Amino acid sequence: MNAPLVVFFVLATMAILGAISLIVQRHPIHSALSLIVVMIALAGLYLLMGAEFVAAVQIIVYGGAIMVLFVFVIMLLNAGVEERTNFSKMAGLAGLPLTIALMGLLAAAVARSTDRVQAASTTGAVAPTKALAGLLFQDFVYPFELTSFLILVAILGAIVLAQREKI
Amino acid sequence: MIPTHYYLILSAILFGLGVVAFVSRRNIITIFMSIELMLNAVNLAFVAFSQAWNRLDGQVFVLFVIVVAAAEAAVGLGIIILIARNRQSLNVERVDLLKL
Repeated sequence: MNAPLVVFFVLATMAILGAISLIVQRHPIHSALSLIVVMIALAGLYLLMGAEFVAAVQIIVYGGAIMVLFVFVIMLLNAGVEERTNFSKMAGLAGLPLTIALMGLLAAAVARSTDRVQAASTTGAVAPTKALAGLLFQDFVYPFELTSFLILVAILGAIVLAQREKI
Repeated sequence: MIPTHYYLILSAILFGLGVVAFVSRRNIITIFMSIELMLNAVNLAFVAFSQAWNRLDGQVFVLFVIVVAAAEAAVGLGIIILIARNRQSLNVERVDLLKL
């Protein structure tokens, strides 16, 4: 067993345990911390795949900004342990078989495509981040500019939603 | 070198766990976090395919997904604050009326 495979299995186990912990924990702040573990593990996997920039963005934007926003809202709303309702068990009963069916479908698709999807060699001579910048600011420049507009609309929407009294 | 389908299987497992969290949890913030988990699983598949075909388009797409997730988190958490202020509860079972 070579070293990258060991690293992969360690990080994958970390991610799966974090995701299970997200489901099992009853307090939202514990779920948020579990989700941060999943995101850090995924950033490690991106590094393993040679996607350094995506790994950095994952930690800074996801692990940093978005999860801080979540934790901030949880503390602002003083969210406690979630109460159990009768419907919860029914949702679990219906959701579990459906999820197993969904995962079976995904596993079948993955298994069918393994002969076509081969592990490629690591990215070649050009630095991945430099090539990514070229792609982002040349081929995808219009979607990129559109996302800035999307962010602007989201900021305005968040301000309008969260303000206390009407203007 | 790690086979690409290992990443795809991990992505499927994470997505499935996100679906389980989405349907089984009652706290609206946790439900929102499970959506983020599913987005992360999809991002993993994107990067795995980007590596498999040695093309960077998948990584550009991941960046767009992260931007959309950030915008979604901002608006969604604003809505959650509004719901919590109006209903005094974060349980989705208690948010079943369009108008109070």
